[in-house]
Amino acid sequence: MKALLLRDIRLAIRAGGGFGLGLAFFLIVVVLVPFGVGPQSELLSRIAAGTLWIGALLACLLSLDRIFALDWEDGSLDLLATAPLPMEAIAAIKALAHWLTTGLPLVLAAPILAVLLNLPAAGYGPLILSLLLGTPALSMIGTFGAALTVGLKRGGLLLSLLVLPLYVPTLIFGAEAARRGVDGFDTTTPMLMLAGITCGTIALLPFAAAAVLRVNLR
Amino acid sequence: MTLSVQNLSITRGGIRVLEGVSFMLSPGEALVLRGPNGIGKTTLLRTIAGLQPPLEGQVDAAPDTLVYAGHADGLKSTLTVEENLDFWAQIFGQNDIASAIEAFDLNALRSRPAGLLSAGQKRRLGLARLLVTGRPIWVLDEPTVSLDTRAVEMFAQVIRTHLGQGGSALLATHIDLGLEEAKTLDVTPFRASAAQLDEFDEAFL
Repeated sequence: MKALLLRDIRLAIRAGGGFGLGLAFFLIVVVLVPFGVGPQSELLSRIAAGTLWIGALLACLLSLDRIFALDWEDGSLDLLATAPLPMEAIAAIKALAHWLTTGLPLVLAAPILAVLLNLPAAGYGPLILSLLLGTPALSMIGTFGAALTVGLKRGGLLLSLLVLPLYVPTLIFGAEAARRGVDGFDTTTPMLMLAGITCGTIALLPFAAAAVLRVNLR
Repeated sequence: MTLSVQNLSITRGGIRVLEGVSFMLSPGEALVLRGPNGIGKTTLLRTIAGLQPPLEGQVDAAPDTLVYAGHADGLKSTLTVEENLDFWAQIFGQNDIASAIEAFDLNALRSRPAGLLSAGQKRRLGLARLLVTGRPIWVLDEPTVSLDTRAVEMFAQVIRTHLGQGGSALLATHIDLGLEEAKTLDVTPFRASAAQLDEFDEAFL
């Protein structure tokens, strides 16, 4: 399992691995929003939390189709399926590798980019915490979506359509927690809901992803 | 360590292609599957490897004894030859990759990214993966594609050594490997009667 995780991370970092893809997209979105909205710092600080969350979500979405598609194309997925690793472990490890190469960099970049959106100082803590709690769910749900569409040519569109509705609860509670933080309210409830969603997806979706992978490999 | 296939019926894309396939593969034996294109050799091998469920019949083998190698080699083009092999060795809980590199004469290519290898070299690397898995029963689909005569000889030698160590191999291939001891099974008589396809349909399957 460790070998698979290390391989995925190594592949992501090497040339053509798409490590910077999500991060660059996140940067572009966040940099462009102030140009689109205009230089009203008050308006910017009100939409900052939501914009950062949407940017992170879309950046995450961008790299989802690579989770299984590359392994499927070169035949490694067939070989992994016949290896001693259970399929559930493969799905879970793939999601973890995706989070480490996409989700975690987004979380780390968010406070820096938040400066561009004039996020009030009180909002930084809740923003980072909410992203840290929420992005694993994004990776796990995305892995499930990628498993569903593996083997489909141009499956990216279908993947987005399948995954976006499933992302909505994470977005609602994540952005709500960050917004409450900005306004100085108590963030406990949305944070707990967010943590609950993440725990639920991590507990259930590896099994669902493994089941659909087995069907898709036939 | 014996692989036994009993009365196996398999489907491809919902169409029954082979039925009533039965054979035994004991340690030290090699079995070559033959038959025209589209008869279902690949599907049969994938079913035996456990990638798809059989329609009827059963495949009996001790757990964790099979290793499958398909048309694609499962190589990562940005990883080097050594890293690729090392990955598969770790996945299968082994750590010796030196003998596999030696057996397929990959020493000079050790640190070259797999993406820069020729088709034949990639295939040799893909076959070297079999050695690092440490599994006794090899299920191979067209293992000699894009190999030159010297590499085919090398591969036949590896198979011979593997059989000598009590392993076994099930191969689908069209060329003569020069393995005198290998038995041959022509799967044409097992063609499913329900799905008589004409040549026009076969082009799309």
